[in-house]
Amino acid sequence: MFLTYSFPLLFGLLLIAYYRLPGKAQRVLLLGFSIFCYARAGWESLGLMLLVTALCWCAARAMERWGRKREILLGCLTTNFALLALCRIRFPMGPMPVGISFYLLQCVGYCVDVYRGKVSAERNILKFALFASFFPQMAQGPIGRFDTLSRELSPGREYVRSEVSEGLMRMLWGYFKKLVVADRLAVPVAALKGSFGPGFLLLTVLYTVRLYADFTGGMDMALGAARALGIRLEENFDRPFSAKSVAEYWRRWHITLGRWMKEYVFYPLCVSRPLLRLGRAARKRLGARGKRVSVYIATGITWLATGLWHGAAPNFLLWGMLNCAFVLISQELGPLYARFHKRFGWKGKRWYARFEMARTFFLMNLIRACDLFPNPIDYVNRLVSLVQWGTVPDLGLGAGDWWILTLGTALMFGAEGCREKLSRLSPGMKWAGAAVLVLITLVFGCYGLEYDAGSFIYGNF
Amino acid sequence: MEELLEILEALRPDVDFDREERLVEDGILDSFDIVSIVAEVDGALGVRIGAEELVPENFNSARALWALVRRLRG
Repeated sequence: MFLTYSFPLLFGLLLIAYYRLPGKAQRVLLLGFSIFCYARAGWESLGLMLLVTALCWCAARAMERWGRKREILLGCLTTNFALLALCRIRFPMGPMPVGISFYLLQCVGYCVDVYRGKVSAERNILKFALFASFFPQMAQGPIGRFDTLSRELSPGREYVRSEVSEGLMRMLWGYFKKLVVADRLAVPVAALKGSFGPGFLLLTVLYTVRLYADFTGGMDMALGAARALGIRLEENFDRPFSAKSVAEYWRRWHITLGRWMKEYVFYPLCVSRPLLRLGRAARKRLGARGKRVSVYIATGITWLATGLWHGAAPNFLLWGMLNCAFVLISQELGPLYARFHKRFGWKGKRWYARFEMARTFFLMNLIRACDLFPNPIDYVNRLVSLVQWGTVPDLGLGAGDWWILTLGTALMFGAEGCREKLSRLSPGMKWAGAAVLVLITLVFGCYGLEYDAGSFIYGNF
Repeated sequence: MEELLEILEALRPDVDFDREERLVEDGILDSFDIVSIVAEVDGALGVRIGAEELVPENFNSARALWALVRRLRG
């Protein structure tokens, strides 16, 4: 949606109409525009979104009116996840019907919150439909919570110049990341897919940077578009490459999915009767160490579910299990690390923090590369090849493109590292920066009549 | 309250549950301890603690946990 040529024009018209309309009419306009965006993506996408919306709205209302909450919630969860599974089977390697992996989790989370009594069931189906379908989130989230997002979507937004300009600048930053960095990196990533040894190592780094530019670029567009409409969506990233461990990385990357999995999969599993019983039995048998058993099983199931969310293919299951293994190994090695740091005193030193960041970055790159190989054996062969020497094939980019990529990537990470400072610049400096960014994106962005700007990678999950 | 303190002290004999007020925030209890407490409260007191109650405020002190148990007992 953000990448179609007509979007800037349509969004401009939406902004003008939105701020001219009174109170509740703004919400009707946003809902109409969101439905229009889904319809443009295809009738299948629109139909599925409306079906999930209607199912979850009815289920939540029924839980409040008729009781029998448990049965209704189970029916709602089964139907929704069966729909998601059907889509995964029908479109095994993507692209899936637009947004289903995101709005479905958002709607299911709402139903669970109603079941838990955390929020009241929404009476107005149009309000709920806007919560489910709000167009900036349709491609790749962020996955919102009903209590906060529905409050943000309340009508009566007045035109605030600073909010609109802040939103538009953030969208522009997203276009720069997607069109100048991510889509240019698609060329060497495709060229390196068949390589082994050093070529594979280079692939893991370039693919991670591409995925970051692509996903966070899309998030900047989504959060910026919402901000221009006076609506704040939740941040989905917090400088993930500054993480010093796998667990910390996942608290910084795709934050809203991680939170969803924690609140609606991991915690319920931890306190489920079978795992509580298992935990008690394990403690009796193994003593204090036994307390880890049920939490580790819940962690494993949660990572399996996260892998399946990305795709119903063996490589995503392997991806989930690898992440789980590294999280658990780090946890188990905790006491050893503590003794090590007590002995050498390196913890807290700047160079050691850098080392930890680099270690996590390369480790996550290796795990992330699972995405690229539907057959896990191909992936394992490439991991094994890392101890061998090999050649790096032609990467398909000229010297000019490499310069643009290097400078673009440096600008991307440099600017995001000092976002706080940049936000304090004067409006004049910000507009001058935006003008330069427009120029860079127009001149060096990957687009054109014969060029397919491509969809977002996460849109296929 | 006595029964709850017995459970807590059996699980973590090294912690002074009468005094500590920031058990989760100061990292004295980790996720393993919390799940163990939930299991023992379920087994010994017959009180089921739901996933939505797994927030630091409910586990920061023995008193907070006792208040949760009483609330769930109705």
